Amino acid sequence: MRFGLPSIRFTRRRVAAGLALLTGLGALITWAAWPAPKNYTARDALLNVMSGPAGNEPVTLDTTFFVPDGADADNPVPAILLAHGFGGTKRSMRADAEDLANAGYAVLTWTAQGFSGSTGKIHLNSPDYEVRDARSLVDWLAARPEVLKDPTGDPKVGVVGGSYGGALALLLAGHDPRVDAIVPMITWNDLSKAFLPEATGQPPTAGVFKKQWAGVFFSSGSNTASGGLAGALAGIGRGDDEDQPRMPETGTTSTSPDCGNFARDICDTYLRIAATGKATEADLALLRRSSPTSVLDRIKAPTMLIQGQADSLFPLTEADANARGIAANGTPVHVDWFTGGHDGGAGPQADSDRGRYLTLTWLDHYLRGKGDVPDSQFTYSRITGFNTSSSNRRPTTSAFSVERYPGLGGTGNTAVDVAGKPQQIFNPPGGTPAAMSTIPGASSLSSLISGISLEIPGQHADFLSPPLTGTLDVLGTPTVTIRAASPTGEAVLFVKLYDVDPSSGASLPFGLVAPVRLTGLQADIAKATPVTVTLPAIAARFEAGHRLMITISTTDQGFATPAEPAVYTVGVGVDDRSTIGLPLVTGTPIATQETLWRWLLAGLVATLAVGLAVVLFVARRRRHNAEIKVIDEYADTPLVVRGLRKEYADGFVAVAQVDFTVERGQVVGLLGPNGAGKTTSLRVLMGLTRPTKGEVLVFGHRLTPGAPVLSRLGALVEGPGFLPHLSGIENLRLYWRSTGRPDAEAHLDEALEIAGLGDAVQRKVRTYSHGMRQRLAIAQAMLGLPELLVLDEPTDGLDPPQIAEMRKVLREYARDGRAVLVSSHLLAEVEQTCTHVVVMHKGEIVASGEVADIVGDSPVAQFEVSDVPAAEQVLASLAAVRSVNRDGRSGLVVDLNGTSRADVVSALVGAGVGVDRVVPRRRLEDAFLSLVGGNTRASGER
Amino acid sequence: MNTFTVGTELRRQASRPRTRFALAFMVILPLIVLGAFELGGDGDDDNGPGAFGSLVSLATAGGLNFSLFVLLVSMSFLLVVVVALFHGDTVASEANWGSLRYLLAIPVPRGRLLGVKLIVALLYSGFAILLLVGTALVAGTLRYGWHPLRSTIADELSAGEGLLRLMGAVGYISIMLLIVASLAFLLSVLTDAPLGAVGGAVVLQILSSILDQITALGALRNLLPTHYANAWLGFLGTPVQTDELVRGTIVALAMSTTLFAIAFYRFTRKDITS
Repeated sequence: MRFGLPSIRFTRRRVAAGLALLTGLGALITWAAWPAPKNYTARDALLNVMSGPAGNEPVTLDTTFFVPDGADADNPVPAILLAHGFGGTKRSMRADAEDLANAGYAVLTWTAQGFSGSTGKIHLNSPDYEVRDARSLVDWLAARPEVLKDPTGDPKVGVVGGSYGGALALLLAGHDPRVDAIVPMITWNDLSKAFLPEATGQPPTAGVFKKQWAGVFFSSGSNTASGGLAGALAGIGRGDDEDQPRMPETGTTSTSPDCGNFARDICDTYLRIAATGKATEADLALLRRSSPTSVLDRIKAPTMLIQGQADSLFPLTEADANARGIAANGTPVHVDWFTGGHDGGAGPQADSDRGRYLTLTWLDHYLRGKGDVPDSQFTYSRITGFNTSSSNRRPTTSAFSVERYPGLGGTGNTAVDVAGKPQQIFNPPGGTPAAMSTIPGASSLSSLISGISLEIPGQHADFLSPPLTGTLDVLGTPTVTIRAASPTGEAVLFVKLYDVDPSSGASLPFGLVAPVRLTGLQADIAKATPVTVTLPAIAARFEAGHRLMITISTTDQGFATPAEPAVYTVGVGVDDRSTIGLPLVTGTPIATQETLWRWLLAGLVATLAVGLAVVLFVARRRRHNAEIKVIDEYADTPLVVRGLRKEYADGFVAVAQVDFTVERGQVVGLLGPNGAGKTTSLRVLMGLTRPTKGEVLVFGHRLTPGAPVLSRLGALVEGPGFLPHLSGIENLRLYWRSTGRPDAEAHLDEALEIAGLGDAVQRKVRTYSHGMRQRLAIAQAMLGLPELLVLDEPTDGLDPPQIAEMRKVLREYARDGRAVLVSSHLLAEVEQTCTHVVVMHKGEIVASGEVADIVGDSPVAQFEVSDVPAAEQVLASLAAVRSVNRDGRSGLVVDLNGTSRADVVSALVGAGVGVDRVVPRRRLEDAFLSLVGGNTRASGER
Repeated sequence: MNTFTVGTELRRQASRPRTRFALAFMVILPLIVLGAFELGGDGDDDNGPGAFGSLVSLATAGGLNFSLFVLLVSMSFLLVVVVALFHGDTVASEANWGSLRYLLAIPVPRGRLLGVKLIVALLYSGFAILLLVGTALVAGTLRYGWHPLRSTIADELSAGEGLLRLMGAVGYISIMLLIVASLAFLLSVLTDAPLGAVGGAVVLQILSSILDQITALGALRNLLPTHYANAWLGFLGTPVQTDELVRGTIVALAMSTTLFAIAFYRFTRKDITS
């Protein structure tokens, strides 16, 4: 016996399988962790440029220049100026820069003046400062040998940027004709309108100050090292500047406590507007100088405008104004609305992917002349559901395209009525508590959709439409007519379009509101003049059965409102009834990655179906072919075992070399000590184990696992196997049912009689004793009276009378031309049961033949005598005795060689030697013991 | 003459107490949940935001919502265990009893034996899921009425449409359960211990759920068998959100086919030593 822990054998197969598994795992991890290939070199440099209206104010810009591998004077490449968002630095743009550099562009990123790393002040993209700086950078690019230039020395250069950087792209394109293509994202058209919007079409002097965003904007500029809110303003930068070591604050610029790094004029303007909520013409003029609106008519560079729908800072209307202004020059313009923005962040993955694709397509076409431009002028996405696998439930979107940019008026429109009596609403003193629509920079799209909007009771009036009869895909700016009365003659109101779901309540698409400042109001609502309000631009679907709701409220946390308390009366339309004008657009769905997945699924299903069919066909074919192979010579021999060898995977040889035959009418005993290889041989015989070498033929059929010829064989190997929860009879019936043969062939009664279980056959097998199970198993093996019966240790657990009965049964069984193979480790049993015997030891056959031959008397006898030396002398004198060997203290083994035992005894007695015992030795025992060598340890323990 | 038919195996498995137990529990569970709602009265527990919270609070809105709720509470563990039981136990228990070698010596070709076992395990698993949802639907409708399917994700769905969506969700969940089924089936072929096969499959499923919580794994999580487990919520949207359903189905089919194939490959070649 071996003791101790089971040891694992490292066979070649196991090691190979383990290595394969490890390799696969390793490959997977490597694939996941492998850095993206780096096909560029990045060089940091501090560039000195002359800034200011007169070009005499030196400024140092912190830059990084990314040059793709292989770009040089002989193979120049187009260049991209990549501008960062407000509060960001060149490091915010690193990921985008790498992306573009890998796409084959020379990319220059820089930190705009006034921000961390560069000197100078923030002039809000002033043409005299930031734009002039950027022109100097174009000069610098023009001097680079690796940058592609036309014969006149004009470099091929595109400008890409988001928010602050987007406005710079537009302004630079307006001021520098050398710019060849621009991709401005989530940026403004007119800063004065962005910060002082008014939805009835009044100029910014009458606008409602967007105080919360302005505050965030200003503070992120006055403290350039801050993260947090500035991140929202940094635009499309992937925000990985958090991973980079921060540049220490440069000591070159002195910051003041009120203005930070802002230029004095900008700062003063901000402070004035923020304090009063109103802007003077001079303030507006300053803001307009920093706005693309001033240069749109000069932009000749093809423009890809990407604007966010979840953007209360620079809403879709800003991109629309840019698009119309630039397209008026005949310049190619493409507009994309994605589901994100200053409020919504980068949006779903599909939207960021589309933005990246559009950007590269645009640049490739206009800078390299490679590929086509998008065949539509307008693309947009709309939220159509939620991502369910991630924990934060991001929305998922579907993308659509429209051939011509429809503007904000839609390609069609419809009208939905809202009605309601005029209502009185209260403007609280100081403007608090205030309704909430968005939180600047929350950057969480899902919270915007599930609705953070909050109305204060008593401060708003709602006007509902009847349920919609059909689904409406609204794209653009809805309009509504309202009227108001105020005792002060003036009112600031916020008009919102809610989507009211009958089951889950109202939601405000992207939290967008239309601020309105009404002046010259009557105190009596009956005399009020209706005004038309242009609601925020949206791309939204309103489901059938929902209602639309116009809400007019007096406060909003994002805006400056009159501090004086007042009660306004508000109503809709002329006669308490107004139509909401809804611009409609039906876009063509854009095939996305998802379409690809769907094809993949279809392909997978088809492959599986075909694969399954092929496997089934091949299996059937193979089985059909296997049935044909019969060796005629042995067609009538129940069993032929030839050269059988079984070696296990771990190298252990259970059966070394076994040959024997079982003929009809024979009961063959397979005799050997435990572990001699008997059971392994029987396993091969049952098709449970594949032999390493040699073969087993049953009625001439070569035996393979599941060979049909096994149906002519009944077996009990290694103990019974029954379903414990069923009775004996149920087990036999179910077993026979599994064979698929007719019940009549089973001979169930005969089998039961042999089992001799009586009424116990109705009890559950679980309750049986070992012997009862054994008998049931023998009965199961005999079901259908198979031509070859194979029984492994059949008498195990049986009583002596039952054993005797079993012997009789087996001998009778073989009589009708059937054959029985019985394995046993008991000599007596084989001797009494079998006609033939095969003796196995250590996996080999040591003797075989008829039992009568082997068991019959042998010429050898064992004597026990009183005087061994004397007996030896006597025996030696007998001529007929062939050999004499001592066996123990008083024993002698004598080969009599034909001399009768009586003669030998009389000779011994005659010589005065006392004989205690004479025992004839039989051949089988002889063979067994001499061959086994007295060492009957199992071969498994060799 | 066909040995070992699906009918025989169905009968063999039907005779087993654990099969009857599992199926009975599929009927009892919805009734227990229903009883809990009845006894509990108006609990004002905060179930948190999100789709699940809303499905819990809407559970008593009608028969459809109730079935959806029962599906929700049972899919992540109960159904996993039941499916693992039907698939993990089927071959390993035969090996454990010793009856496997007698089936093979009948002879039932190994491919056929495994094929029949797989078909029967799949049938019982499908039947268990249908029994669960069917009971919930009947009991829920009798108690709460036949009302439209409600959710906070999207619009209310008319009862007929809702029933179709529910069936869709059941179908998708069944496909996702193929992964645990194939894993249990493979383990069942590899081991003689039925508990090992069932437990192993369940433990790996739990491990996958835990790994899925670790966002640092990034895109690798998409390969986890449980990553798309909740994509059936897409059936509640209007229109149906198919993106993740498609990906989840691809992952489930690819993974389960591979595991089933390994199981067949192993079983048709290995030496039966039990």
